[in-house]
Amino acid sequence: MELPTDRRYLITHEWHKSEGDTIVIGITQFAADELTDITFVDLPKIGTILKAGGRFGEIESVKATSDLYSGVAGTVTAVNDKLATEPGLVNRDPFGQGWMIKLKVVNVAELNLLLSAADYSKKTGH
Amino acid sequence: MLKETPLHAFHVAAGARMVDFAGWEMPIVYRSIIDEHLQTRKSGSWFDVSHMGRLEFTGPGATSFLDRLVTRNIQTQAVGQCRYSLVCDESGGVLDDIIVSRDTDRWIVVCNASNREKLLGHFARVRASGGFDAAIDDRTESTAMVAIQGPAVIAKLSPLLGVDIGAMKRYSFVKHRMFLIEFTIFRSGYTGEDGIEVVLPAGAATLAMTMLAGKADDADSTIRPAGLGARDTLLLEAVMPLYGHELSEALDPLSAGLEWAVDLNKDFIGCAALRTIAQTGSARKLVGLEVEGKRIARQGTIVKHGAEAVGVVTSGTLGPTVGKSIAMAYVDREWTKPDSQLSVDLKGTGNPARVAPLPFYRRQSRL
Repeated sequence: MELPTDRRYLITHEWHKSEGDTIVIGITQFAADELTDITFVDLPKIGTILKAGGRFGEIESVKATSDLYSGVAGTVTAVNDKLATEPGLVNRDPFGQGWMIKLKVVNVAELNLLLSAADYSKKTGH
Repeated sequence: MLKETPLHAFHVAAGARMVDFAGWEMPIVYRSIIDEHLQTRKSGSWFDVSHMGRLEFTGPGATSFLDRLVTRNIQTQAVGQCRYSLVCDESGGVLDDIIVSRDTDRWIVVCNASNREKLLGHFARVRASGGFDAAIDDRTESTAMVAIQGPAVIAKLSPLLGVDIGAMKRYSFVKHRMFLIEFTIFRSGYTGEDGIEVVLPAGAATLAMTMLAGKADDADSTIRPAGLGARDTLLLEAVMPLYGHELSEALDPLSAGLEWAVDLNKDFIGCAALRTIAQTGSARKLVGLEVEGKRIARQGTIVKHGAEAVGVVTSGTLGPTVGKSIAMAYVDREWTKPDSQLSVDLKGTGNPARVAPLPFYRRQSRL
């Protein structure tokens, strides 16, 4: 499975992709596969302020429930509303249409503190 | 080192995700749990259940020995019949739930993989203390077992196996030889669908499944492989108890609503304790809950009435066929009536839940 190199990762399987001063966050294919069929994604309201390493939501699948974390500090500017009716998008296209939130960040450089694709791959063994 | 079933290589080649299940490396999902669940409901699926224990009881004392161990009366059981039963300890706690089948010269017991070693120990102790003249042959690793389930299964497999499966009664079995392979075919299953479970020699399993279900797993295949994930969601919709969830040594079969599988008029291990429970009534009973919304109440979730904790969830999922969040829970007996308004505590938030009529899913009658 190819891991996109245009983004940074947390050991808890969230990816973070920079779009200017906005960071888009989702979860990796590995995490989506591990969870199996995703049935519910609980996302924050627009305007919610997150700390680096803060919990921003929760994801549920047929098998398990898991918390979602942001690796960077910022304010939520958008959430993927499609996931409310189509949570399976996270299984089908976790790096694209299955994105979860967008954050306007305080410090874009925080992104560099997160794991590269190679490091994520090494640390998680996937 | 995890044990592997005779079909292990098939699962890996088919791209299944393999997990440790009771010491066995088993496929949890091939494609998607929901796809596999719906495929079972609309057409057919086959499940490798070779990890489940297969124990054969023989000898002149086999019948009285087994009758002492299980909660149902097996003396009246005819050759070719299968019965769901429980094995209890002296306090009435459930050691396992099993299927007991009577053959001409032996009894076949199918037990949960996680309980096989425990049961073998229990059986050996009871045999020694009771002086029963019976032998137990553990056939688990020399055979394979597959469950083939779904509305299209009987019509598809009858000609392939050369057995009129449709004419077999539910909970009966036949032995059938084909290409020198001995198949034991049980008309039973654990998904809420019609279907069969087949025991066959370990070495013949992969070839037999290729023959019965087709080599290629095409999207339009009548019968496709399905993993343990779908098995869990299927049995929960059909409200079949799962050991480690609805049943355990800390729980008794009467509170689990399995009175029909407990014959208090015969003597068996645990009967005295169960007679007491039957007289006084259970403090908590197993019920089904429909949980409002899409959140899932998982095992261990507290059930409340108002602010008071009145129960605990044993299993929960989003039922792929029923399209609802469903759960099983033990609740205080005053709240077991259908439509009792309760709540499940999801991360500190009370989520409304209602005691639902069971089962959540019932297949269409063939008539």
